[in-house]
Amino acid sequence: MASLDDLKKRITSVKSTQKITKAMKMVAAAKLRKAQESAEKGRPYSDKMHNIILNLSKNINDKENAPKLLAGSGKDNVHLCVVMTSDRGLCGGFNSNITKKAKSYFKKILDSGKELKIVTVGSKGFDQLKRAYKEHIIENISFKESKNVNYFDADKVGKMIIEKFEKGEFDVCTIFFNKFKNVITQIPQEQQIIPLKSENSEDKNDVMNYEFEPEEDEILNNLLPKNISTQIFKAMLENSASEQGSRMSAMDNATRNAGEMVEKLTIEYNRSRQAAITKELIEIISGAESL
Amino acid sequence: MSDSFNLEIVNPEKLFLSLDNVSEVVVPAFEGDMGILKDHISIISFLKPGIVKVFTGNEVKELYVEDGIIEFSENSLSILTSRIIDIKEIKKDDLSSMINEANEALKEENLDDQKRFIANQKIDVLNRLN
Repeated sequence: MASLDDLKKRITSVKSTQKITKAMKMVAAAKLRKAQESAEKGRPYSDKMHNIILNLSKNINDKENAPKLLAGSGKDNVHLCVVMTSDRGLCGGFNSNITKKAKSYFKKILDSGKELKIVTVGSKGFDQLKRAYKEHIIENISFKESKNVNYFDADKVGKMIIEKFEKGEFDVCTIFFNKFKNVITQIPQEQQIIPLKSENSEDKNDVMNYEFEPEEDEILNNLLPKNISTQIFKAMLENSASEQGSRMSAMDNATRNAGEMVEKLTIEYNRSRQAAITKELIEIISGAESL
Repeated sequence: MSDSFNLEIVNPEKLFLSLDNVSEVVVPAFEGDMGILKDHISIISFLKPGIVKVFTGNEVKELYVEDGIIEFSENSLSILTSRIIDIKEIKKDDLSSMINEANEALKEENLDDQKRFIANQKIDVLNRLN
């Protein structure tokens, strides 16, 4: 059994850990509010962008000459996966959920004999994937310096992806991120961005007749790269809100666990203190009796 | 207000401006400035760097946009842009740094005509503001 001193030390150490986790929870909660706000503010842009592209692609009749970003390169051999994670740890299952989702996708790709290329955004994802998929990772981007998610970072990633696509380095591009549902639930998502998946919105039959200036394909050529950056930006916003939410609940749990542990240890400490006192008393009494 | 329509300007970060009593908007469309009034035909077009003028009643609001896309349908105009600044809030330092940025872009090798045109246009507009 641990001595009284040891118990005392353990209690103090658990208490200080609890203080840290509590502080982290508070910070995460404050950041979460901000991140959630910007995620919500960012939605109109990506929604509008999506709508316009939908309208445009409906107006394009000549599917064969459609821009490659929309129609794809016609092949399905090389898959590029962009795995977006955080740069910091201590956020519960946030990063592992994304990599788990990504890994099962990787397996599917590799099993079907296709080529796989990985780009990781955020250092944690890179750390988790480099062991098993080192030879597939072609790039690792991290935005540790930028405090908040901003569009120009997303644009950089988007431009890089497009550049690779134009060089013919891959045929299909999928991004992985966590969608923020609420503080407790974040859903890992995979979203194909190249070629653009036209969701089954055929029910909207009222195709608007738009005038285009300049021509449809010129607009599309201009818009599609932007859409990719926008989708990545959206993913980054969702991700940062999810990260904070996940960290908050993880730290909340940790704080609670530490509390339970302190309680248990205190009881143990008090018991052994009492036992020591009783032992001493017995010794004194039996000593006195033997006289 | 019978001659007014809705306007929404969004950038990636937020809904920048939302008005429902706009009487006219002039946008720097890629092929020339374009004025939009109520009941304009549905149109999709994209923007070059320039000034968006928003007329509401007797007020005129002028905004600098760097790029963007507009969609007008059923009397509501959406402008999506990656960078937008109210001219009144633009600072001298920002202006010169943006001009530098454009100048840098011009120096880049194998620039295609469209990019050169956009960069020149940007310098043009920014110099006028200066």
